[in-house]
Amino acid sequence: MYHKEKSIQIKNSASALYNNLCVLRIAPRRLTYFTVVHANVVNMVSASWDGLNYSHRQLQSKEPNVATSTSLIMQAAFCVLTSRDLLVVTSQKGIQMYESDGSIMVYWHALETPETPTEQAVFARGISGVWENYICVGVSSGAMLVFDIPSKGSNITLSEVLHEHSESITDMASECSGSQECIANLVTADDVGNLCVWKSGEEFQLLNKIPGFDMSCSSVKLWKGTVVAGYGTGQIRLYEAVTGILHAEVNAHARWIYSLDIAPFSGLLLSAAEDSLVRVWHLTMTPETNSVEIAHLHNECVTDTQICGAKFCDGDGYAFAVTGYDLSEIIRYVQS
Amino acid sequence: MSSRTLPLLFINLGGEMLYILDQRLRAQNIPADKAKKVMNDIITTMFNKKFLEELFKPQELYSKKALRTVFDRLAHASIMRLNQASMDKLYDLMTMAFKYQVLLCPRPKDILLVSFNHMDAIKDFVKDTPSILSQVDETYQQLVEMYTPLPSGEFQLIRQTLLIFFQDMHIRVSIFLKDKVQSSNGRFVLPTCGPVPHGTQVPGLIRIFSCNGEELTRLQFNNGGNYTAALREGSFEIFGDRVTKLGTNMYSVSRPVETHMSGTSKNSTQHTKVNTAPNPLAKEELNLLARLMGGLEVQKPGNADSGFRVNLFATDEEEEEALISRPDELSYGVINIQATKDQQTNAELAKIMGEFSESGDQSPSASSKGDDLLAMMDGL
Repeated sequence: MYHKEKSIQIKNSASALYNNLCVLRIAPRRLTYFTVVHANVVNMVSASWDGLNYSHRQLQSKEPNVATSTSLIMQAAFCVLTSRDLLVVTSQKGIQMYESDGSIMVYWHALETPETPTEQAVFARGISGVWENYICVGVSSGAMLVFDIPSKGSNITLSEVLHEHSESITDMASECSGSQECIANLVTADDVGNLCVWKSGEEFQLLNKIPGFDMSCSSVKLWKGTVVAGYGTGQIRLYEAVTGILHAEVNAHARWIYSLDIAPFSGLLLSAAEDSLVRVWHLTMTPETNSVEIAHLHNECVTDTQICGAKFCDGDGYAFAVTGYDLSEIIRYVQS
Repeated sequence: MSSRTLPLLFINLGGEMLYILDQRLRAQNIPADKAKKVMNDIITTMFNKKFLEELFKPQELYSKKALRTVFDRLAHASIMRLNQASMDKLYDLMTMAFKYQVLLCPRPKDILLVSFNHMDAIKDFVKDTPSILSQVDETYQQLVEMYTPLPSGEFQLIRQTLLIFFQDMHIRVSIFLKDKVQSSNGRFVLPTCGPVPHGTQVPGLIRIFSCNGEELTRLQFNNGGNYTAALREGSFEIFGDRVTKLGTNMYSVSRPVETHMSGTSKNSTQHTKVNTAPNPLAKEELNLLARLMGGLEVQKPGNADSGFRVNLFATDEEEEEALISRPDELSYGVINIQATKDQQTNAELAKIMGEFSESGDQSPSASSKGDDLLAMMDGL
């Protein structure tokens, strides 16, 4: 179904972090951006569609307080909003927001870090752009920061802090089908597998809380009102967001899942785990019977590699890219 | 990231170091009483109460450089001496072994079982010496108290923190190559077969449910591997069967401990520059290091008669050759704080290096002391 294409070399190897690959397609300029985190650096590659031009850029984590220790980056993600795209980088010290090409930092939000380290680690992790112009970021305490993003410029403000999760946020995702009909437009996940479903607005509204089973949910997606969640046990579960009804349960991987992605136009699902496998699935919705089905389509094994990031490169799922711990390349696969 | 990583890193690396030294002491036919003294001295130092107190405090991981310095000190806690090349090789083996164990752990919580395997072996080394045994037992208690209540997500954070520490290390270890657990490019073999972790199901089943919770369909898919059901869970108590073999002693007198230096990384520029970049935080780290090592009580080296040298290589010539040919990017840049002409700084440094056995307050956190240490480093 897919075959391997030429890999993109990156300046540093990928660190073992959840969802450690982000892709942004810039159609007007026939470019795709890729971001991969290595310790305290974000490696950004801009690849032209003709495969001839690659340019690299590195973004450092910000350390406002020089006397304290290195600030490791937990995640980097593109947030696609109605009026603009931003690149958000979360670390142990705070949240940095850049223009999507990484050229200018437009905002910095420092986390409250204690003077001497505490048992509970402090960091920001879990990033999502939400309709219409919000960016949500999770914190290790379980708090969620909601930022109001103006259509241009750097006048970004913290709009709300939400406290529904009591454990560290792992990932979050906004409704990616493009449909305005869905009531829920954000799902957030935490380290004990609890999922919160939200409706965005001046004040975010909690629509539903789906309890976890004491197992970390490391990656989550929301598509056509269905939550797709990947867990440390290697299971994938599909829930109806607003009601919490379990549609499907898959014993998908033999190790901890690190990344999920959905191609919104085709309903293809990508899952990747520490077990070296990337799997492609297909989701089908039957609104009449309110059922959701998942079928397995394809496996790719990245030999001797614990995968930490996997993303489709386009909305149809024609191509996808993969990163792995200690690998200094972005591996690409294209439909045959 | 996780502020609970250092104790596990230290205990596991220490455990590997003891396995290797034990093998070398026997391979070199060091007299049993001297060998025992070395092992006892090192273990006593490792489990020194004050040192462990510092270690178990919530803190970020040290840099590779700083941790190497701690292990240098530990390896020289007795009458045994190691040349630079042997110490480098010892550290390579220790780190690659633990990296292997961390990567191969089926689930993050299993790192605790690996730690217990090391602890069990250490306990066995000192089973005839009650005083050291009680120190080891106390550490077991601390480990159980601190780590067993942690949720799986927290263990994964610890694991991710360790993997950042081991990032880009691909030194080829002879025993791993022979056992086919490491391939010739230095990467560890990750099999897509064998038992799944405890708590995970064998991949392959899709279950579809109706709105009222009844199972509608069951489908099987090809999982691309050859997995079997999980084994029983190992014990997280002070005594018990750990089930996993990771962290047990893989060396014996007949299995040599060689490493290959050449071709360790295809692009030497890929080697992370995180530690070698000019670091304004070096001062802070030196202070932490001084506090930590201040607790490392050390026996006086003793007279020249009882001291001896251990070689991690087959011959002295090999050891010399290894020192000359070690690639730059693999040098550890050990912080080698040596005595200087300045009497006062000499005394302070000597104290920090633990050559005085008093356990008085080290209080090295004043910034001027950090400056002195930094100046010493720059001068070397």
